[in-house]
Amino acid sequence: MTDHHTEPRRVLDAGEISRAITRMAHEIVEANHGVEHLLLLGIPTRGVPLAKRLALAIDRASEQPDGTTPVGQLDITMFRDDLRRHPTRSVGPTHLPIPIDHATVVLVDDVLMSGRSVSAALDALKDIGRPDAVRLAVLVDRGHRQLPIRADHVGKNLPTASSERVSVRLEEIDGRSEVTISRPQQPERKAR
Amino acid sequence: MKHLLSAADLSRSEIDSILDLAEEMADVQRRPIKKLPTLRGRTVVNLFFEDSTRTRSSFEIAGKWLSADVINVSAKGSSVSKGESLRDTVQVIDAMGVDGMVIRHSASGAPAQAAGWIRGSVVNAGDGTHEHPTQALLDALSMRRHFRSLRGGFDEDWSGKTVAITGDLTHSRVVRSNVLLLRTLGAKVVLVAPPTLLPSGVTTWPAEVSTDFDAVLGEVDVAMMLRVQRERMSGGYFPTPREYTIGYGLTTDRLAKLRPDAAILHPGPVNRGLEMAADAADAGASRILDQVAAGVAVRMSVLYHVLGGADDKETNA
Repeated sequence: MTDHHTEPRRVLDAGEISRAITRMAHEIVEANHGVEHLLLLGIPTRGVPLAKRLALAIDRASEQPDGTTPVGQLDITMFRDDLRRHPTRSVGPTHLPIPIDHATVVLVDDVLMSGRSVSAALDALKDIGRPDAVRLAVLVDRGHRQLPIRADHVGKNLPTASSERVSVRLEEIDGRSEVTISRPQQPERKAR
Repeated sequence: MKHLLSAADLSRSEIDSILDLAEEMADVQRRPIKKLPTLRGRTVVNLFFEDSTRTRSSFEIAGKWLSADVINVSAKGSSVSKGESLRDTVQVIDAMGVDGMVIRHSASGAPAQAAGWIRGSVVNAGDGTHEHPTQALLDALSMRRHFRSLRGGFDEDWSGKTVAITGDLTHSRVVRSNVLLLRTLGAKVVLVAPPTLLPSGVTTWPAEVSTDFDAVLGEVDVAMMLRVQRERMSGGYFPTPREYTIGYGLTTDRLAKLRPDAAILHPGPVNRGLEMAADAADAGASRILDQVAAGVAVRMSVLYHVLGGADDKETNA
């Protein structure tokens, strides 16, 4: 596929991403009245390193030793509602460091858009057990929801056109951390 | 991947992908709610022209845990033994709109023929004395788990591994699939059998051949024993069961000659005292029960790879 998008514009740099994660960590500790029974689950791919960073920030915000807050990952491939629209997708591992029953699960993802990934994640959780509560933390909320789902903790609200492309890069996977946005080359025709 | 007909059709990356997903499916097996919505709305027919408990029920469980509708059709007693009527049977079922068929047949090549006659996907669940690819995949999963459990772990490099497959090679479909799959993975395979049970043309296979079990025992990472089919004993393949055990059974004496880190595999059911001694079947190195558990997980993975994506109109993608 040829890429007809403009040069990406940076909306968050590495420092801003770190500060957003720190702020979200404080919000999570406050909303949870502490760190009791917290379990962070990253949604692959980039939700996983984000969840690890967030867990570390929660440990520091609550003055616990690093590595105290349990963090795992939840693969949602087998729960997606669009499997038949694509060739067979590869499935990643699901790793749960503690049982999810009676835990407060914080789902962590990089970009929230339609809400379908989160919906699939909720289905996946339901089959594994019954958490006391499930919250959602995302680095970027770019709108265009197709389901009644909202995030509890947002790093940055980013109003976008649906034709624009938001890319999240993280040091752990991409070698650098930034959030960029690019527009389509052709001006959009107004819908009538 | 549209069909799974032969272990030879699988590339290294496809094998790894199937085994990796099978590990995830094994986790689902251990959950209180063993159900994924992945294949909801897909229909799989188990078409078994031969008796089977293990394979058929594991395919049935695998399909149901992935939320597919699974229908068992047993063709036993019908006159299905020739191409024409096999063709009628699969085309009738295909015309009902099913998405996949899991076929077990006494004629070698039947699933591959069927795949050419229908729209849906076909998985070979054992055809004659030809192949049984999902058995080879679950054997590979058991071996990989064993290698990973050893001190020092496993870096997915099979090239240093030696697998000896011993027993009735002539009538075994498991051995062909295993040789083909292990060749793709890069492992060395040594086939061991009395001369009467070596298939014709075995020298052209990508494996070493030996009639001396004791000579290869000490160097193998995996000793895979095959079932000696009692119904074949009257066929003059070997003089007496006792004679067979002395030459080719995994006896207590031979068990002691195996390397301490070697694994023992057997596709089951085991004839205790014939192809292996009871203490070999129950030894710490025995992965036989692990193979049974791996069977459902591997078949879930195969069904996902064959039916989980968009319908591609290509043949044999």
